[in-house]
Amino acid sequence: MRSFFKLLFRNRLAAAGAVVMAVVALLALATPFLPLQDPDITKTADRFIRPFSEGHLLGTDHLGRDLLSRLMWGTRLSLAVGFAAAIAAAFIGSAIGIVAGYFGGRSDNIIMRIVDMLMAFPYILLALAIVAALGPGLMNALIAVAAVNVPFFARNIRGITVGIVHKEFIDAAKLAGLGHAKTILSEVLPNVMPVIIIAMSTTIGWMILETAGLSFLGLGSQPPQADLGSMLGEARSALIGNPHTSLVPGFMILVIVMAINLLGDGVRDALDPRLKSGALSRPMAATLVDRNRVPAPSANTNAILSINNLQTQFHVKDRVYKAVGGIDLDINPGECLGIIGESGSGKSVTALSIMGLVASPPGIITGGSVMYDRKDLVGAPYKTLRSYRGDKIAYIFQDPLATLHPLYKVGDQLAEAIRCHHDVPKSEAWASAVHLLKSVRIPNAESRAESFPHELSGGMRQRISIAMALANDPDIIIADEPTTALDVTVQAQILALLNDLRRERGLAIIFITHDFGVVAQLCDRVAVMYAGRIVETGETGNVLADPAHPYTKRLIACVPELGGGRRKLAAIPGLPPAVDKLPDGCAFADRCDKRRAECRSGDIQLRLSLGRPVRCLYPENAPAVRKSA
Amino acid sequence: MTGYILKRLLSAIPVLFGITLIVFLIMALVPGDPATAILGSYATPENVAKLNKELGLDAPMWQRYFIWLGNMLQGDFGQSFALNRPVLDEILERFSATLILAGTAFILCAVFGVAAGVISAANQYGAADKAITFVVLLGISIPSFFLGMMMVLLFAVNLRWLPVSGMVAIYGGSDLPDILKHLIMPALALAVVATGVVARLSRSAMLEVLRQDFIRTARAKGVHEGQVIWRHALRAAMVSIIPVLGIQAGFVLSGAVYIEMVFQWPGVGRMLIDAILKRDILLVQGGVVFVAACYVLFNIIVDVAQSMLDPRIKT
Repeated sequence: MRSFFKLLFRNRLAAAGAVVMAVVALLALATPFLPLQDPDITKTADRFIRPFSEGHLLGTDHLGRDLLSRLMWGTRLSLAVGFAAAIAAAFIGSAIGIVAGYFGGRSDNIIMRIVDMLMAFPYILLALAIVAALGPGLMNALIAVAAVNVPFFARNIRGITVGIVHKEFIDAAKLAGLGHAKTILSEVLPNVMPVIIIAMSTTIGWMILETAGLSFLGLGSQPPQADLGSMLGEARSALIGNPHTSLVPGFMILVIVMAINLLGDGVRDALDPRLKSGALSRPMAATLVDRNRVPAPSANTNAILSINNLQTQFHVKDRVYKAVGGIDLDINPGECLGIIGESGSGKSVTALSIMGLVASPPGIITGGSVMYDRKDLVGAPYKTLRSYRGDKIAYIFQDPLATLHPLYKVGDQLAEAIRCHHDVPKSEAWASAVHLLKSVRIPNAESRAESFPHELSGGMRQRISIAMALANDPDIIIADEPTTALDVTVQAQILALLNDLRRERGLAIIFITHDFGVVAQLCDRVAVMYAGRIVETGETGNVLADPAHPYTKRLIACVPELGGGRRKLAAIPGLPPAVDKLPDGCAFADRCDKRRAECRSGDIQLRLSLGRPVRCLYPENAPAVRKSA
Repeated sequence: MTGYILKRLLSAIPVLFGITLIVFLIMALVPGDPATAILGSYATPENVAKLNKELGLDAPMWQRYFIWLGNMLQGDFGQSFALNRPVLDEILERFSATLILAGTAFILCAVFGVAAGVISAANQYGAADKAITFVVLLGISIPSFFLGMMMVLLFAVNLRWLPVSGMVAIYGGSDLPDILKHLIMPALALAVVATGVVARLSRSAMLEVLRQDFIRTARAKGVHEGQVIWRHALRAAMVSIIPVLGIQAGFVLSGAVYIEMVFQWPGVGRMLIDAILKRDILLVQGGVVFVAACYVLFNIIVDVAQSMLDPRIKT
């Protein structure tokens, strides 16, 4: 509860709404005790006195009644009716919703049918019908407004109740011999309460507007009693000559409803856990770059892509996650480079940083460079990045159901990939798309192009993604765990396809994976990542045969070998360190059984060990070093 | 597709029956009897009884419901005693005026609401987003009738750009400039609240979609950012925006009543208020059923549009 208010008041707009609302509510409560004139005393001689006159701060209305006094009494009435309607609607609606959701079956069916029927009405119309039947009057307007909001609560609360009624704690309560009424009150109600409060805080503004509306139409409060709506309604005929009589109540309604809406939004944000984490921020077109120092271009002329000291961080509130903490990698033309590591090691973030595709916010590239075609892609203008994306450097992502647009035909998505970079007519692009589908060995390519992603199998969808990456004959393909979501036989097919395509087209591939088996099958070279840094790189064969870093060794030991005898499958104990609080020294030290005191301090650099860069003081493949230590 | 439309039309039939039943039951709450209301309180009991019999009001309630329903199915909504003309004629004439007003407001709210939401989401936390969010908050907090009155004050009285009321063309004439001149203010006033609601929901729907993986795919392909936002993201967001548009259609249709009062617009809303104050029950019943039925039919169109947009919906 404390944390709820803290969250609520951290939101400045909500706090402002709360303050305004509190002031208005206090004034409304205090109205009978304030030295105000009688709101109903008419004095036609004093009609339409302008605001700020003596004795009438806000002037008088068409019958010479003091507007300030009428405003205060009207506000009091409007608030009382609005809140009463909201509470009544919430109470009755929630009760109906809980009963329907809790008992389910036929009663649920019947109740929800009626609710749906009521919701088929445009709801002001329903309120009008109810007032028509009951007759004009403030109480009847209250009943009408509450009644038309009951279905809204019933439906929302029922949905939530259905969701929790099969959870274990409800069953436990029933088994403990609690009756239905007790179970509902002690187990169901506390769990749906936040939703009821959210629904109330977002609808109470509406209800005040609606009651004001009915009064404005002359169907609510009857003279001489006046709420804000009927004040406005009476003032309407004098609008042109004496606008102040309309402005006073009108602005009051606006202020009240606005304050309530601000407060309601704040309540919703504070109670809705999905929004609490601040997760709903949209990624921008390219990752933000904030480098203190722009590095000098590197000298390696052989490499087609050269990553130098790349650093990517995630800034979430006051925490800094160093997802990529200074990576150096060169990719040669036609080469397949594997990047391997556990989840969270920063391998995907490295891959996405190359083309500025890290979600930002919260991602920021804080240092280093990515050289391609003698240009630094980090900090390159969006125009340059866009012209390279998909044309020179293309991506294949992990889960092809999520990564393909669900509402476009796959043929259109492929054709679009071509037309982004080449000004060709649609029909031509479509023909190329079909051709691409054939090249990734999709049968009946012509008809498959007409399919939507959800109509295809997982393996088929990943072939589509590969075809999309190939669309513009890129120099480099970055494949981010492209086979992880697929079953093993399909996985093998996809790997074989990638391998063939690479040889046919002379593609360079960066292959991100957590599986050394896949690396062995496909990659010429491999870089092992741990906690955002490379701990070892080398030719795949050498690394596999003679791993230098203890982490690499453990990682290889995780791969089961068919027919490989009775080797023990060894999981690596412990978890990688959180990248927002990396330990001093070696990040792997906690999980390493060879660690020594020296491993715990200073920055451990990549050093050559038998010709391979390794980030370890005591590499496994260096017997000389081990002996001397 | 045709099959789906037929299915939806068939499923609307029980809803329409439910609507007539609900309206009838609500109206059955009316205290006193209509005959007294028609004849006035000085009428002799004999005359009241006679009129009740003529109107079929002496029959039991369920019989009266089926008589009313049967007549309506044959296009006879009864006779308005206050206007002394067939209810349906009056409704049709008034409804066309409401349709012009509400239809324009609906188009305004759909176009501007969605556009504002998209721009807001694409510039999240930027100046445009903050400005739109503030205007939207103002829009959903202001009573439409108060906004309408302020518009009259500003545009008609002070600036003298637009007429307050007194449109001639609505009754038969086809003077388009005259209609437009009279339509601008009421349609805007009516659209503002709905636009705010649509903009808010469009913004959050867009933010939700923009975080999806397929947006990253589009960017990785090299799709222009404008296309990413207005094609890829908006297309996917429309799936959740369209139902909201359906609800807002009902809102402008029924919220028109306030605006019709402010601008003297000769629509169904004003007709209903007059009928309620005069206790012209048959006119109220008929009007409510007619508007609600139109809304149900409109929602079928919304569902069909939805299914055309989203191939994952089984048709």
